[in-house]
Amino acid sequence: MTPETIIQVENLTKRFGQFTAVDAISFEVKKGEIFGFLGANGAGKTTAIKMLIGLSRPTTGSGKVAGFDIGKQAEQIKKNIGYMSQKFSLYNDLTVAQNIRFFGGIYGLSTKKIKEKIRVILTELDLQSVAKKPVAALPLGWKQRLAFAVSMVHEPEIVFMDEPTGGVDPSVRRQFWENIYQAAAKGRTVFVTTHYMDEAEYCDRVSIMVDGKIEALDTPNNLKNQFNATSMDEVFLKLAR
Amino acid sequence: MIKVFWAFVKKEWYHIIRDKRTLLILFGMPVAQVLLFGYAISTEFKGAQVDVLDYAQDKSSTRLIHHLQSSGHFTLNTVLSSEQEMEKGFKEGTTKLVVVIPEDFDSDLYNGRDITVQLITDGSDPNNANTLLQYATSMLNDFRREQLQKESSPFQIQVESRMLYNPQLLSAYTFIPGTIALILLIVCAMLTSLTIAREKELGTMEILLVSPLPPLLIILGKVTPYAVLAFLDAVLILLLGYFVFKVPVLGSVLLLLFCCLLYVLVGLSLGTLISTRSTSQQQAMMSSLMGLMMPSLILSGFLFPLSSMPKILQFIGQIIPATYFIEILKGIMLRGVGLQFIYVEVLVLLGMVMVLLAFTWKNFNVRLQ
Repeated sequence: MTPETIIQVENLTKRFGQFTAVDAISFEVKKGEIFGFLGANGAGKTTAIKMLIGLSRPTTGSGKVAGFDIGKQAEQIKKNIGYMSQKFSLYNDLTVAQNIRFFGGIYGLSTKKIKEKIRVILTELDLQSVAKKPVAALPLGWKQRLAFAVSMVHEPEIVFMDEPTGGVDPSVRRQFWENIYQAAAKGRTVFVTTHYMDEAEYCDRVSIMVDGKIEALDTPNNLKNQFNATSMDEVFLKLAR
Repeated sequence: MIKVFWAFVKKEWYHIIRDKRTLLILFGMPVAQVLLFGYAISTEFKGAQVDVLDYAQDKSSTRLIHHLQSSGHFTLNTVLSSEQEMEKGFKEGTTKLVVVIPEDFDSDLYNGRDITVQLITDGSDPNNANTLLQYATSMLNDFRREQLQKESSPFQIQVESRMLYNPQLLSAYTFIPGTIALILLIVCAMLTSLTIAREKELGTMEILLVSPLPPLLIILGKVTPYAVLAFLDAVLILLLGYFVFKVPVLGSVLLLLFCCLLYVLVGLSLGTLISTRSTSQQQAMMSSLMGLMMPSLILSGFLFPLSSMPKILQFIGQIIPATYFIEILKGIMLRGVGLQFIYVEVLVLLGMVMVLLAFTWKNFNVRLQ
């Protein structure tokens, strides 16, 4: 494992009875990279991500996340990663500030640190005016950006995102990706699943999953050359067929 | 760890105080239920309409009819002249009881012969019918005694009855313990299963599981506020019972609170067990309503006596925690007994907590795989 490798997975497999959801996938992610994890619905993306973050145990295969073994050191991994799920992951009935305080609290941040975090997040996302409003009152795009900021409240090395932009309109998606770039610029690794092919273009490297297997893995440009395509959409269509 | 736990409890607290539905269940329901049971449900009655079919029409039968009316429980509706008229009153719903006085009532009474007075009631309303029968029978006995005394008969048995622990037979004495058992179950089991299911439904449970929080802490953090609130509810109902309906606590208050705590634990472990089994709030709601509320209301001996039920229902009644808790409450509150008289029930509840917690723990771990 070279120093810059932060996620390393070998032959990771998950079976549910007869059904193989993830079929012996292997890949590496470098520190500071934006790694796109693509695939159609049901291709096994969510199952794979759940094994990486310690929510699900692999049937066979091994892997390391942030230097810890995914089979044996799930608790250590959890301290070093942030996670944003498909579903909206904040509490709608709590205010913006209360949400930040709660998540800071469960990651064991000191009161002083939490105060500072609240100030920084509110300023960066320009949410000071609604700090005392329940999250439910915010537009969806703001909510998603807040959820992203909250998932990084404990300054994890890696952030896992499972289709973070589902149901968000294109202009907000752009803003969201700007936030992702800012996080990556600070040296944070971003592992993101999506089925929007235009988003794949924003990633440093992209893997494409089909029926539980990784069928392609490279930079968006190399993939387009390899498959003789003009866009990622085309690459995906050729692979999925 | 304490700080993390505190952050969790605080968050749960915000959820509770911002959710009107939860608040209503927490504080509106116990008050409403106690007042409803107290004022609406009453086994006493006044001025029930009575028809009389008097075949005797003599001095004694007239005195009997006066005697029946003198209590205020019965009001004479019509004096019937034949059996054929009897059903009319029942069908119209104007009459609840018909008293049939046989011929030769006067002479039979004074000659000490057997007399059969027929009482006919409306069986479509069995509870009422039973109560009416009891009242009427005791009044007939009174009447006979009075008449015989006048004749100074040497042979008579005076029955003097006394109801221990609830001398006035107040219904409040049974519904206050029952309501406590029911409300604690609703707050502990239903609300906790709902709140955990809600986190699952919204997807926040996943976020919590990805955090370094130990699963046990998540569960404890979620149930602690409800345990405290359930306790407050129990005290609220006891106070309502004491000040509004004069239901006493004769035994040790400390022992009472300890037993409440034990029952709260049973409720909480039931709630978490339900939530590990359900994926949505609706499912959790249905499970706790059908699986816990209904049996606890009907089969716990709260509304209907267990001993008169079929064997299978008695068996179900005996595995319901509320059955034991109501026994404990009645023992401590009304009979003023100490631990030595209720230790069996306490041990049963304790056993239930252990078994349920073991089940919950196993289920919870399986879920994480």
